[in-house]
Amino acid sequence: MTDTPTIRTLTRRQLLSRGVAAGAGLVVGSGFVAGSDAAWATEMNALKPDTMATLIQMARDIYPHDKVGDQYYAAAVKGYDVPDEVDFAEAGIELLNEKAQVTGAGRYLDIGWEAERVAVLRTIEDTPFFQRIRGGLVTGLYNQKAVWPIFGYEGESYSQGGYMYRGFDDISWI
Amino acid sequence: MTAPFDKNDDSVVVIIGTGAGGGVLANELAKKGVSVVALEAGGRYLPEDYVNDEWDSFGQLAWLDPRTTSGDWRVAKDFSGLPAWIVKAVGGTTTHWAGASLRFQEHEWKALTSYGEVEGASLLDWPIDAAEMAPWYDLAEKKLGVTRTNGIPGLPGNNNYKVFEAGAKKLGYEKVHTGNMAINSEERDGRMACQQTGFCFQGCKWGAKWSSAYTDIPAGEATGNLEVRERSHVARILHNEAGKVTGVEYFDADGNLQMQKARIVAVAGNSFESPRMLLNSASSMFPDGLANSSGQVGRNYMRHMTGSVYATFEQPVRMWRGTTMAGIIQDEARHDPSRGFVGGYELETLALGLPFMAAFLNPGAWGREFTTALDSYENMAGMWIVGEDMPQEGNGVTLSETKDQYGLPVANVHFDDHPNDIAMRNHAYDRGRAVYDAVGATRTMPTPPYPSTHNLGTNRMSANAQDGVVNKWGQTHDIENLFISDGSQFTTGAAENPTLTIVALAIRQADHIAREMSAQNL
Repeated sequence: MTDTPTIRTLTRRQLLSRGVAAGAGLVVGSGFVAGSDAAWATEMNALKPDTMATLIQMARDIYPHDKVGDQYYAAAVKGYDVPDEVDFAEAGIELLNEKAQVTGAGRYLDIGWEAERVAVLRTIEDTPFFQRIRGGLVTGLYNQKAVWPIFGYEGESYSQGGYMYRGFDDISWI
Repeated sequence: MTAPFDKNDDSVVVIIGTGAGGGVLANELAKKGVSVVALEAGGRYLPEDYVNDEWDSFGQLAWLDPRTTSGDWRVAKDFSGLPAWIVKAVGGTTTHWAGASLRFQEHEWKALTSYGEVEGASLLDWPIDAAEMAPWYDLAEKKLGVTRTNGIPGLPGNNNYKVFEAGAKKLGYEKVHTGNMAINSEERDGRMACQQTGFCFQGCKWGAKWSSAYTDIPAGEATGNLEVRERSHVARILHNEAGKVTGVEYFDADGNLQMQKARIVAVAGNSFESPRMLLNSASSMFPDGLANSSGQVGRNYMRHMTGSVYATFEQPVRMWRGTTMAGIIQDEARHDPSRGFVGGYELETLALGLPFMAAFLNPGAWGREFTTALDSYENMAGMWIVGEDMPQEGNGVTLSETKDQYGLPVANVHFDDHPNDIAMRNHAYDRGRAVYDAVGATRTMPTPPYPSTHNLGTNRMSANAQDGVVNKWGQTHDIENLFISDGSQFTTGAAENPTLTIVALAIRQADHIAREMSAQNL
């Protein structure tokens, strides 16, 4: 689940002509979910594109990092897009959408404000669905090597000789 | 006879486990000419195999066979199937350990006498003391190449240490330095100096940190007296009608049950597996398990009072660079009941990579309170708290309903915090926060205990047979040719990281066993 799913063959115009906006920054079309800037897209193998788009939004709302793009959240939940996980994911998102209806806004993806979506998530945070999605994100999101530089984390260092000559004690402000 | 040994050779000492206890005992006995078969449940991984990647390394080295948990400790909720972060490999948890090598303080050998009776605690004095252990500590420090002993210089301080040290000094702490570390600060013993790579917990790629995997084990093998059988998972220890142990049954790498005869068996599988093996070896003669006439096998489990404090600052720290734990404040390690608890604690620098920080900073947490902390990961400094926890009779290892891949009942680990542990942790959290506040932290965060790495006490040492499982030599009170050689023999935990003491006890035990064997007493 650590590869960022990217299809760069669509122009933004083609993308918008084939899909519909689905909440902030996401476009859902037949068989795919994409960033509305067409910078990335992921093709669906098993899940409904709406379900994937909702999972991506849910992932961001659970672990919101404003400097981390949707493609990384998409990669973090892409593992549910397999036949064995369809029942789990579709049922969970159905539950989430039911809880969202209470707000009067419609589906989860239709709720425009993060704070209101988070309030909906709080109503399901003890469910096995939520806990499994959240638990999966701990590795699915933070163990993506591509996100590490966004946090400043440098990862493996042995191949570069460690930090002996690369700043293990270079702090200057203390 | 030279290694390899025949399975019917009943002249060998069988050692179960190859970490700080078993690995050292194996080498020390082999050097004295004793024939040793060491059974190791894990495989063999050496520096070239280790990976600078937290989760990949965890998958490579960690003990991931099932275990179960109970009790009010938060680990049981957050990591219910993973009570410990310890290693299943040749070298055991010496591949993963941080290298902190501290002697017990004199009063800690006599916890009951020093602290008095503590309600709810099963405190006991060790049957040995600081004077008895001093020469064995000397040998252990030489073996491990501990910095600030034997003329070995301290390690240089990394960024995380510099923040920690500056805060400590502002608070007036005096015993602040880069630690007594079993990590080479200069080339020594054919192993190179620390290259400040980080990833100490993932196995040292340079071999600068002492691990029995690439020191004592190959040294013992080179004598021709040690055979290490890796991927050999012990099922039970066998005994005869006279009540002496006679051999060990184990599953080999192919899952086939094998039996190795033995003159002596030494158990060193960590404080979960060692009592589990004794309990799983129950027979009609020993219905409660081997060496358990006292009912103390599995009891008095200690895990050190632990926790962490992380702090964020306006500017970068990059705490992951360099030695993971080379930094210590020892001023709070004293026994000073005016603080509201008995015993003391050490504060030690600690860094986690981003993946483990996400997993351990506040397990189960989500939302912006959690993620804004990680947003400042680059500006974060961290420390670990390690203090003496109270032994409690009800804390410990019992056999679970759950079975492992061989059909053997796994260890259930039960732990409730003692009020003394909680008071000490809260005190330590406050002091840790103060250290970072003193140097301008913008936010400080208490982090709950991780899955245990210091697992102690489940086969404890006692002067009287009814109070514990082993005598002052680690020899079981009940069975004269059955020994315990790991941290499970700890009577109390003291405030110090336990490895140096495990190693010192193993060297001393090897001396005793070899002497008793030559005298035909064993």
